[in-house]
Amino acid sequence: MKKLTIIFTLVLSLAIAFSSCGKKSPKSADGKEVVMGFIYVGPIGDGGWTYAHEQGRKYVEQETGIRTIFKESVPEGAEVKEVVRNMIDQGATIIAATSFGYMDYIEEIAKEYPNVKFIHCSGYKMGPNMGNYFGRIEQPRYLSGIVAGMKTKTNKIGYVAAFEIPEVIRGINAFTLGVRSVNPKAEVHVRWTHTWYDPAREKEAAKALLDEKCDVIAQHQDTAGPQQAAEERGVFSIGYNSDMSKMAPKAYMTAPIWNWGPYYVDQVKKVMAGTWKPESYWEGMNADIVRLAPLTKNAPDGAEAKVEEIKKKILAGTFNVFSGPIKDQKGKVRVPAGAVMSDEEQLSCNWFVEGVVGTIKGK
Amino acid sequence: MDASFFTAAVVAGTPLLYAILGEVITEKAGNLNLGVEGMMLIGAVVGFKVALITQNPWLSLGGAMIAGGIAALIYALLTVSLRANQVVTGLTLTIFGTGFSSFMGKNLMGEVVPDNIKLAFADFPLPLLSHIPVLGQVFFNQGILVYGGYIATILAGLYLYNTQIGLNLRAVGENTAAADAAGIKVSLYKYIHIIIGGVLCGLAGAYLSLVYIPSWQENVTAGRGWIAVALVIFCKWNPYRVLVGAFLFGGLDIIGFRLQKYSFYISQYLIDMLPYLVTIIILIVVSARKSISGLPPANLGDSYFREER
Repeated sequence: MKKLTIIFTLVLSLAIAFSSCGKKSPKSADGKEVVMGFIYVGPIGDGGWTYAHEQGRKYVEQETGIRTIFKESVPEGAEVKEVVRNMIDQGATIIAATSFGYMDYIEEIAKEYPNVKFIHCSGYKMGPNMGNYFGRIEQPRYLSGIVAGMKTKTNKIGYVAAFEIPEVIRGINAFTLGVRSVNPKAEVHVRWTHTWYDPAREKEAAKALLDEKCDVIAQHQDTAGPQQAAEERGVFSIGYNSDMSKMAPKAYMTAPIWNWGPYYVDQVKKVMAGTWKPESYWEGMNADIVRLAPLTKNAPDGAEAKVEEIKKKILAGTFNVFSGPIKDQKGKVRVPAGAVMSDEEQLSCNWFVEGVVGTIKGK
Repeated sequence: MDASFFTAAVVAGTPLLYAILGEVITEKAGNLNLGVEGMMLIGAVVGFKVALITQNPWLSLGGAMIAGGIAALIYALLTVSLRANQVVTGLTLTIFGTGFSSFMGKNLMGEVVPDNIKLAFADFPLPLLSHIPVLGQVFFNQGILVYGGYIATILAGLYLYNTQIGLNLRAVGENTAAADAAGIKVSLYKYIHIIIGGVLCGLAGAYLSLVYIPSWQENVTAGRGWIAVALVIFCKWNPYRVLVGAFLFGGLDIIGFRLQKYSFYISQYLIDMLPYLVTIIILIVVSARKSISGLPPANLGDSYFREER
């Protein structure tokens, strides 16, 4: 009885001790408080890229109960190191840098703070305490291409794209392959904006495409500007990053979207368990890091069934988006039948597949 | 290149037009307000918020204009009454406005302008005028706020060059001490015109958030306020030239997308530089020619102390 009382008192005092800590984060295996810092390139209200990461941050708080901190609109320059130092002063033990341009700075600062874990989004550099992560957004992009290909009547689909980098080019290729899998006559017209975030200018790029008789607009931008252009002209659109149905209810059909939450939670749990190791994470729909947003009523009849069919194959691992034969714009076979584009080839992709109308500068 | 490009250029130029016009009027009173970007963002967020609450297009425009005006009033209070440094105050206003709009806009994420407001600002072809070949399509088949822009510039031109008050205003900007000696209420003139400038900047922001991108997106101006400040010099502080400057640079901003069709590339960075590049060239040309036309108001940027000589 006495023992029981002691245990009871101990548990009670522990409980009080913990609750008195207020919003203290749960600790990791080595007894340190785990705090996760997020560095964003845009505002969390962009409704796109940064918004998707912000949803991931909220998911981490909800699932693990740890404290998180974030900083918005951090330029892709040396300032990011100051932001990191600041976060570490605030107790951050794991930091997610969510834009490509942070890579070199994160690599430098990771050496200064060997006890802090760094994960960098969309880059390729690694270190003893620095990993990188990304998702195979090309898979849902291919599926969204199916929807677009079935919808178009003019057989001209517009694609508003940000910069001529492999990530964007890969997306355009996957989208076009999806389009042509159901509609071999359709073309994808590309327009470069050289911005990630300028709603007005991205809308203008879409308007230019619409004036050229495109009747479906897809985008690789962080704002809903192109969606608005489609909505105004009474044509249809494919979004990106997050569900954009609210912003263009009459135009929006679906979107390839990000779901960072589960990955972040997994990383935090590993840190807490003391099993975290730097890794190069690049998973697809099977890991649920990328998804195709639900099709709206604007999507064409039969698209749902076709998308489900291919999606099942992707999830089962029996279908690869970049499986041959794939021809380039000039009709030259780049990936022979039976072969699959390797990860390295995908990461350095600088050519368009057949069916894309547009040029990559410097080529 | 067809008429659709020029139609789009007018739309792209309209937010610039209101902002440049606002800054021209402010600078005519001798005050350099670098808070254009901030006032635009304040107008954008307040206009959007009012639109969601009242569902009324005119109240939301009014709200944006009042908000821009209040922001300018703060600037006027600091620079005219307290004689604070105009450049620093203006920059502060931009930083404040950017933060204010992000803060106010946090829970507006993903919201869309109500349909009746979209309808009120939708394209409205003017009878007769819109039937003029090409020009009608480009200039007179637009939304009501675009027409408002034409009217505002013409009114501003008439006001500055054809009225007594306009003459007095120019005197305040050119030689504040002389204007004061002539019995013009210098502070009152400055206050009123700085506020009018703010009202127009608020309207420019509201045009972006309510008409151009009719859904809430943070930082919707994306630097257009700064371009407007630079283009004031291009327009040589002349309201009529604002029409040219705004539509020319509205067109340049989007021309790259139309040229890509022909596989013809202009670097977007070059286009982004153009307003500033042209400004510098004009400054050089104007100072080399040593002519009066195209010079800024002589007392631009100076705080006025009556007792100082």
